[in-house]
Amino acid sequence: MGEISLKLNGKLETRDVADNTLLVDFIREHVGLTGTHVGCDTSQCGACVIHLDGVSVKACTILAKQAEGADITTIEGLADGDALHPMQEAFHENHGLQCGFCTPGMVMSAVEMVTKNKDISEDEIREGLEGNICRCTGYHNIVQSVKAGAAKMGGKN
Amino acid sequence: MNEVTKIDGIGSSVRRTEDKKFLTGKGKYTDDINRPGQVQAYFLRSDVAHAKIKKIDIKNAQSAPGVVGVFTGDDIAADKVGGPICGWVVPCRDGSATKEPPHPLLAQGKVRFVGDAIAVVLAETAEQAKSGAELIDVDYEELSPVVDFENAGDGAQIHDEVPNNCYFDWELGDEKATADALSGAKKIVKLRVRNNRLVPNAMEPRCALAEFDNLDDSYTLHTTSQNPHLTRLVLAAFMFAIPESKLRVIAPDVGGGFGSKIYVYIEEAVCVWASKKVGRPVKWTADRTQAFLTDCHGRDHVNDVQLGLDENNKIVGLRVDTVCNLGAYLSAFSVVVPTYLHGTLLSGQYDIPAIYTNVKGMATNTVNVDAYRGAGRPEATYLLERTMETAAREVGMDPAEFRRINFIPKDAFPYQTQVALQYDIGDYEPHLDKAMEMIDYFNFEKRRAEAAKRGMYRGIGISSYIEACGLAPSAVVGALGGRVGQWESASVRVNPTGTISVFTGSHSHGQGHATTFAQIVADKLGIPMENVEVVHGDTDKTPFGMGSYGSRSLASGGSAISKAVDKIINKSKKIAAHLLEASEDDIDFKDGKFVVGGTDKEKAFGEIALAAYVPHNYPLETLEPGLEENAFYDPTNFVYPSGTHIAEVEVDPATGVVQVVDWAACDDFGNLVNPMIVEGQVHGGIAQGIGQALLEDAHYDENGQLLTASYMDYCMPRADDLPSFKVGYTTTPSTVNDLGVKGCGEAGAIASPPALINAVIDALSPLGVTDMSMPATPQKVWKAIQDSQSVAAE
Repeated sequence: MGEISLKLNGKLETRDVADNTLLVDFIREHVGLTGTHVGCDTSQCGACVIHLDGVSVKACTILAKQAEGADITTIEGLADGDALHPMQEAFHENHGLQCGFCTPGMVMSAVEMVTKNKDISEDEIREGLEGNICRCTGYHNIVQSVKAGAAKMGGKN
Repeated sequence: MNEVTKIDGIGSSVRRTEDKKFLTGKGKYTDDINRPGQVQAYFLRSDVAHAKIKKIDIKNAQSAPGVVGVFTGDDIAADKVGGPICGWVVPCRDGSATKEPPHPLLAQGKVRFVGDAIAVVLAETAEQAKSGAELIDVDYEELSPVVDFENAGDGAQIHDEVPNNCYFDWELGDEKATADALSGAKKIVKLRVRNNRLVPNAMEPRCALAEFDNLDDSYTLHTTSQNPHLTRLVLAAFMFAIPESKLRVIAPDVGGGFGSKIYVYIEEAVCVWASKKVGRPVKWTADRTQAFLTDCHGRDHVNDVQLGLDENNKIVGLRVDTVCNLGAYLSAFSVVVPTYLHGTLLSGQYDIPAIYTNVKGMATNTVNVDAYRGAGRPEATYLLERTMETAAREVGMDPAEFRRINFIPKDAFPYQTQVALQYDIGDYEPHLDKAMEMIDYFNFEKRRAEAAKRGMYRGIGISSYIEACGLAPSAVVGALGGRVGQWESASVRVNPTGTISVFTGSHSHGQGHATTFAQIVADKLGIPMENVEVVHGDTDKTPFGMGSYGSRSLASGGSAISKAVDKIINKSKKIAAHLLEASEDDIDFKDGKFVVGGTDKEKAFGEIALAAYVPHNYPLETLEPGLEENAFYDPTNFVYPSGTHIAEVEVDPATGVVQVVDWAACDDFGNLVNPMIVEGQVHGGIAQGIGQALLEDAHYDENGQLLTASYMDYCMPRADDLPSFKVGYTTTPSTVNDLGVKGCGEAGAIASPPALINAVIDALSPLGVTDMSMPATPQKVWKAIQDSQSVAAE
């Protein structure tokens, strides 16, 4: 056991957790933010993607301990109060989600992708989402959503 | 297309009202819910496929840190708790019944597949439960595993009750007439196709949280279910023998189902049982590997097809002999999927004068096989559309034209097929034409030639499918062996201010019911959609209903809502007549207002609602106050969506990789309530079909070990495996329901695999390739290319 402190959606969270606690379990079980999902055990599905110091990370691939002192944003921290993030808006407007389970990871991956490359192309979007599995949408509308989100975030494509 | 009369009414692509919670991480899935004092369950599962259990030693597990309880099949048996039941059985050819072996919640004396649950360990944490389970010692006497379902009859007997490992041997159609038709045919096309085994893989793994309240001796179960009322019925009536009122089942937000969350699984039942046993809430969450091992799989057929043609290339007869794998135990709808949801679809869109089919359902030492998106209909469509393509090639006709001359003509509806179904309405040429136009079919050869210059093989493939959804009517279902009703329920409550609460027996796990159903109500009542809330998924709140599967939610559930709203309107007219001092017959209802015909006297819907709940000026002597109506709707027939999908692919001969370069889907779903949502359903279905055709394969080795038990080994379609899709529609409104709607949830998965495989074969046809099995992996395609070249060299 050991104490872990990190910043989660702007708020300092300190918990005493076992050394082998995954970051995703720290977020879900210890802090109680359940928007970050667990869809597989092999770091394949991307339902648990969060931002760690601005970089998208599968929260099931790292230990909470490795995130000591980090600045973490989860899906719950993306909107500005009641105002959705442009990427969240784009998913809503383009029907980029159905059951919603993969959605938090999709949106977090998309935001990072577009932040790094605002003029992102369709091929780049499809390749960039390779680590996020969706079983409902066939990705068509997710790709449209990311394109629209990129435009809202200042992209030209 | 429908006339859209209202910005958020029927026919309008309203953005979904349920989105915001999912987009902000506020969705509440079962695993997001916890109860004070809960313990975690872990199931010890068999790691061998077929064995007698000689001894289970739980002693060390019981004293492990954090462990609260360890239970085995003996404990369940001592409490006389029943196992899962089969919801539909069929008669066999020899007059005997489907063999229904018992399915104990935890193994009793024998394990029958890798993943079969042997014991449950309850502990303070999930990790402690898992560590405790590792201390259980199971002494097996291994038996010969039965994996190859085609030869399962020769294998070791899995259940005492199932001789030759054959659950049923069923037939449909006229065998003699079909034999006569085939013997008189000018040409017989023969084909053997395999429908590969798939894992549904809803992104949310199964989860259950059960709690027992000893004050009133009742249970609450949160679970990942497509149909909470059926779950409650099965648990209460067949497993625990308690009144339904003592069990509340809540299926909150559910992260996809695709069929896999229809049934009551043993884990849910064990959690309910154990919650009373240990007096604490019990939670179980599957990890992905457990999902692969224990969720019901789909498909897994082999079909031998014979199609007879006359001198004009018209079909004269069809015979299909099918063997299918149903796994270790009979799951709830496992029997109906390959029989009445498969054999009845064999006429497709074609006028076939004689059809006969025989289906053998086999037991194997693999996990149960049951419904997966399409459930029987993709298998029927695959074998038929592969055969149509093969036949067209063999007789030298364009595949589109060969289909066209065999379509059921537009003026032949209602059309009685030779396999029990009567199609109420359809018109097949328009969606073939439109799909061909969408994909620019007539310029395909130019594209093929251009691709050839780049060293690529380009191909095009067609699939014209029929679907039967909204399984009904109940009486027919019962006559065919179904043990449940197939109606749907709705309760529409008008609140005093005129807002509406709709309680539906359907369940949404991604389909957008909160939006679609609200559109129907808003449109019919002429009120804003935001005034309508849709409640589902809680047996304490919603009327008894059958849930969502088989693309039934709109056709059955939406129609029930529509009927309940009609009752609201009828009662409101009576109230309006009283308030307006007019005859009820003179009251018209339009745009949310009750108007006395030919006058300007009117009452808004909200005023009627208020009068119903504050009945100070109200015909109390003839009319009850309040405004709330129920409807139970039992459809008179299935609804029959149809369509044509055309796939275009390029094959890289250097790698064998098949790239899907274009896709045109033209579907007839009748009237559309929300085209945006429908299109999303089509996209998702196509993606699952492309997954089946190119990527996915659940593979057991000869020892019954599932080799594809994670996303590392089972190839799920990802964003860069798929193209964007062109989606279009034709419309023949269903005559079965007032809304004129059909169903759209499964169509994509039904239509797409044969279109894609036909395209791959077309691409490789210059090399002489005539067949390709699913999934058409790069290795398989590359090998087909190499083999064809070595044949050419000889």
